[in-house]
Amino acid sequence: MDSAVLSLLGAFLLSIIGLFAFIWSMRKGLLVENPKAASMIFAKGEIGRVDDPALLAGDHERMQIAAHEEGDSGSQADPAEIEDRIESDRSTSFPVFMFIAFACFWLLIGSAAGLTSSLKLHMPDLLTEEAWLSFGRLRTIHLNAVMYGWVSNGCLAVIVWLLPRLLRTRLYGPMWVMLGGTFLNAGIAAGVGAIAMGWTDGMEYLEIPWQIGIFIFSGLALIILSALYTLANRRVKELYVSAWYMIAALLWIALLYFVAKLPGVHTGVQQATTNWWYGHTVLGLWLTPTSLGAIYYFLPKIIGRPIRSYNVSLLGFWTLAFFYGQVGGHHLIGGPIPGWLVTLSIVQSVMMIIPVIAFTINQGGTLWGRMYLARYSPTLRFMMFGGLMYMLSSLQGSIAALRNVNGVAHFTHFTVAHAHLGVYAFVSIVLFGSIYFMLPRVLNWEWPYPKLITLHFWLVVIGISIYFVSLTIGGWLQGTAMLDAARPFLDSVRVTIPYLEGRSVGGALMTLGHVVFVGHFFAMALRFGPHRTGAALFWQSKLEPALEK
Amino acid sequence: MKNELRLAGGAVVALAIAAAALVVLPYIQVRDIAPAAGLKPYTETQLRGRQVYISEGCMYCHSQQPRDRTMGPDAERGWGRPSVPGDYYYDKPHLLGSMRTGPDLFNIGVRQPSKDWNLGHLYQPRAYVRDSIMPAYPFLFTVKSAAEEGDQVVNLPPGVTPAGKVVVANREALDLVAYLIGLDHTYPILPAEPKKP
Repeated sequence: MDSAVLSLLGAFLLSIIGLFAFIWSMRKGLLVENPKAASMIFAKGEIGRVDDPALLAGDHERMQIAAHEEGDSGSQADPAEIEDRIESDRSTSFPVFMFIAFACFWLLIGSAAGLTSSLKLHMPDLLTEEAWLSFGRLRTIHLNAVMYGWVSNGCLAVIVWLLPRLLRTRLYGPMWVMLGGTFLNAGIAAGVGAIAMGWTDGMEYLEIPWQIGIFIFSGLALIILSALYTLANRRVKELYVSAWYMIAALLWIALLYFVAKLPGVHTGVQQATTNWWYGHTVLGLWLTPTSLGAIYYFLPKIIGRPIRSYNVSLLGFWTLAFFYGQVGGHHLIGGPIPGWLVTLSIVQSVMMIIPVIAFTINQGGTLWGRMYLARYSPTLRFMMFGGLMYMLSSLQGSIAALRNVNGVAHFTHFTVAHAHLGVYAFVSIVLFGSIYFMLPRVLNWEWPYPKLITLHFWLVVIGISIYFVSLTIGGWLQGTAMLDAARPFLDSVRVTIPYLEGRSVGGALMTLGHVVFVGHFFAMALRFGPHRTGAALFWQSKLEPALEK
Repeated sequence: MKNELRLAGGAVVALAIAAAALVVLPYIQVRDIAPAAGLKPYTETQLRGRQVYISEGCMYCHSQQPRDRTMGPDAERGWGRPSVPGDYYYDKPHLLGSMRTGPDLFNIGVRQPSKDWNLGHLYQPRAYVRDSIMPAYPFLFTVKSAAEEGDQVVNLPPGVTPAGKVVVANREALDLVAYLIGLDHTYPILPAEPKKP
């Protein structure tokens, strides 16, 4: 049977299954709105109350007044439920602080390695004397430090902090989480060291040798066990959508990493398909669901309004779960792999439009008419920018998977720009926002210099914009030059140089932003800065008189 | 418990479907592929060289997968015929690559068979290709005042060698060049799956 018939048959089967799933969901009443589940992140009477721990008390008041809407009762949050939340936060504060501290450390290492690699692409004779400083190793150190060090630690911090809050319980087995985090970070450190010394498994995103990967996997397993134990002890009836995303993401990353790192199994072109199955799925089923879960929690929480539709968010979840795992083959379009696989991946890449639209409609509906609140809350700015970039990067990904677009973009810097749009402009920005929200609760201390949050935001937003625009144009020109048989190959190198320089400028701004961010983190952790006792946790009660005026 | 089971079960099934499509099916399909007739296994030296290629991350800028004419002018650039799964029989790990910051190397041994050129180009690419942005790899070489017995002196274009010195290739450089020169997949291939009569 040839591949065209197979893919037609596959598409047919898929639509039949989809139809049955639809009928089933109708019967189960899944399409009936469920406002109770949508507002379960709020305590009784809390809807209408803004919440941004990164704000000073005065600014918080101003935001609360600005957020006032017709029909708000002005009621107070149920103190018993707030007490529960404080209990949840207390149980997670130590592990979450550990993950954030590791994330900050790796962010600095990763940024330095990334910026140096970027400079080397247009200054090829820079720092060539040492093997570990050569481009091939440094770029790999950058990738692993940001991918596993910064982003994964950041995601774990958000998951560990949010799960007990969402399940209205405490974190069970915090010691196991700490131990898991230690294993994980020891593994990352050893892995980065191994790469610097030239010991690598040689596959993109999977460079850390499998012997060291055992540590990373065991670390993840320990954290998962504790998360599942916490889940089993939940005290809420319904699971909020963020909990769906995050628990699934934990299971996915562990299974993915395990299958992809199995030593001695994968070989030849099958190893290539596994490599890219992992390479794209680690973004799609680990970073994306965690960050989406974070937006689904923080964005409504900050503005004090429940998400528009609980069911649309679940639709987004299941379509993401089903389609995202199968898109990896689009990295091998034109490669020596079976044609049906490439076709399948292209189809599923385009199907990814469904979860993106579900997410966008939902968040857009929640924010409708409330966008102006971003003026008051820096945390909200991070969340809104991150959410918007998720939409853009995912739509760009669907388009870039089409054969004729991919023909130009494949093998060029265009792909690198796209990867940074997703992992930086979306995931990292959301993580920054989450950390600004979480840390005052974790440390029971306010951010000492709130102006630095704004500075950080603009540095990284301008930085990534320059980075993305410049590298996208450069990559496209590179691809066009490469496809033109009349032009020598070297033309495709020459044409990129100004854009590679532009990328270094953007990267330098981003790195500067990270220095500001990590510096601020240290100032807060070491209790530097103006002394403020207004522990962010308890201002709900203090706010009362201000509102009555 | 219903919610948890639905969540965990659904999540794992979704991933299992993806793994079946992108990992298991290719495994079954590729498992029985024989090495292409004409493909030679790597020698010891070439395998060591391949390890250097991996350690230095050459695959992050160079692909090893010439594509079909319908996808691009790979053949016109001299990169060779489209590759087939049988070409990768001995490749562990695979080095298909995802970028073409530099040219495809699947048949570099045919385009640049000269050991001197390859060694010199690794030492300083810009001595051969002025606008190249490939990193120089001086750490794969030793600069000495005089060559000793058994040393492989690199013949560099004038002005590249430091004055009064000689540049000697380390073993890693020699291994790497042996691997590169050995990259030759120009042998003819039969259609990947010949139709049964």
